[in-house]
Amino acid sequence: MGLAVFCILKKGESRMEKPMIQIRNLGKTFKTSSGEVKALDNINLDICQGEIFGIIGLSGAGKSTLVRCMNYLEVPTEGEVLFEGESLSRMNGIQLRKTRQSMGMIFQQFNLLAQRNVIRNVCFPLELAGVTKKEARERAMELLKTVGLEEKARAYPAQLSGGQKQRVAIARALATNPKVILCDEATSALDPNTTKSILALLKEINRTTGVTVIVITHEMAVIEAICDRVAIIDKSHIAEVGTVLEIFSEPKSKIGRQLILGDAAKQVDFHNARQIRIIFDGRESTEPVISNLVLSCQVPINIMYAATRDIGGRAKGQMIVQLPEGEADAAKVVNYLKTVKIPFEEVTEHDL
Amino acid sequence: MTFDATTIAMLKTGIWETFYMVVLSSFLAYLIGLPLGIILVVTDNDGVYPIPWLQKILGLAINLMRSVPFLILLFIVLPLSKIVIGTRIGSPAIIIPLTIAAAPYVARVVESSFREIDAGVIEAAKSMGASAWQIIWKVMLPESKPSLLLGAALAVTTILSYSAMAGFTGGGGLGAIAINYGYYRYEPGLMWIAVILLVVMVQIIQEAGNWLSKKSDRRMR
Repeated sequence: MGLAVFCILKKGESRMEKPMIQIRNLGKTFKTSSGEVKALDNINLDICQGEIFGIIGLSGAGKSTLVRCMNYLEVPTEGEVLFEGESLSRMNGIQLRKTRQSMGMIFQQFNLLAQRNVIRNVCFPLELAGVTKKEARERAMELLKTVGLEEKARAYPAQLSGGQKQRVAIARALATNPKVILCDEATSALDPNTTKSILALLKEINRTTGVTVIVITHEMAVIEAICDRVAIIDKSHIAEVGTVLEIFSEPKSKIGRQLILGDAAKQVDFHNARQIRIIFDGRESTEPVISNLVLSCQVPINIMYAATRDIGGRAKGQMIVQLPEGEADAAKVVNYLKTVKIPFEEVTEHDL
Repeated sequence: MTFDATTIAMLKTGIWETFYMVVLSSFLAYLIGLPLGIILVVTDNDGVYPIPWLQKILGLAINLMRSVPFLILLFIVLPLSKIVIGTRIGSPAIIIPLTIAAAPYVARVVESSFREIDAGVIEAAKSMGASAWQIIWKVMLPESKPSLLLGAALAVTTILSYSAMAGFTGGGGLGAIAINYGYYRYEPGLMWIAVILLVVMVQIIQEAGNWLSKKSDRRMR
């Protein structure tokens, strides 16, 4: 292909990158007894080498089908998937299986072989690839060290905790030195602390080995914690794509706002007044924005919700405030925020 | 009832005949039924190598075979025993109808064991680039081993009870003793001894199956 696309990487730097996975006009229709169901429609995405790419959506949005189309566990009914420029639909069975060895996958339910111990689980993909037993064992031990489970090598999956099982699954996914790791709701069955440690491990592996990571989730916190870029999928379509910072600061789609506001939506009571969402950049935290606003506009404002989130290692705050009821007073506040260049957007009940 | 040396010798022979009829027909039934059970699962619509028409035809054929009562099947198949083994009476002749009756049963038992396997595990193997063969050998068979062993205990005890019917067609074994002495000669004592021996054999097979299954299972420890 030789087609280079423009990928925005984190910290605003942009580089010309050869894309790892390109999805072109992809569609997937399932035939069920009650008729046809379109799970994916006209999906276009470019996932760059070395990035952590998130795909977020509510359940039933089609995200699990999308990730399965990337390694052809589900064969798309329209469009195509290119892996390093090669179309998966043009591959025969043997080529496809070879390609899958370059794409590790981890699952919500871990999917370890229950009758094999930990080390033999990690050896499994190497066995499939025809690696000798001795070499496979050495590689597996190395990987178990990476995920911090070398002392559990002889344990069986039933003897491990959820987090440990997912670590084994990560080691197994890495065994064949894949270029991509697909994570299908990899932390959704884990408690918050274990989720954190698994996400940290994925990020560390991404930074040290440069492996591309694709994360499917329904939790914004997962995206915020490790992703460079994110695609929001809603009702079988991509609603928007951008860096996590961009999407957080300026969500363009309704679903984007819903996912970012998250629990704020439940706490804010919308009756009549206008509400705005103010986004704080970590750098400006020394400036007392709200105090200055109130002092200079001489109008009261009501804080409905406030939270700080860590996005890609930077503190990002968001606050929902209720504007004064008078139109002139509300305009004062809006003008003030514009003058001091604080990003904000109006939110309505309709958005939530 | 007299418990002389001849009676004891006859019972010993009966045990031995039942034993080798059951072992040989079980072995042959698994030789045929295990691959059939695998085919039933892998060629299904959502299997690892879908061939829906083959799955349908095979399923139908197995149901047909399973619906023929064993006693009828015995009479239908015994001429075949004459051709293959050279005789239609005695224990060796029974092995062929026993195998033919048990193989489709084994196929269904094996099928149900394979259907218990978590679909996610098979999906994981696929995602690693496993071929259909590799999934069968390295995932399906080892992962369902405990269930296959339990199924085998079920299949072998069923074959044992089938073998007891062989007495009606001149076959041997404990079943024949029970029928010949208890039914034809009104010697219930000997009949009960043969029946008790059969019960003991079923117990041993079932317990051995349970034990092996539990011992091989790594899911609960």
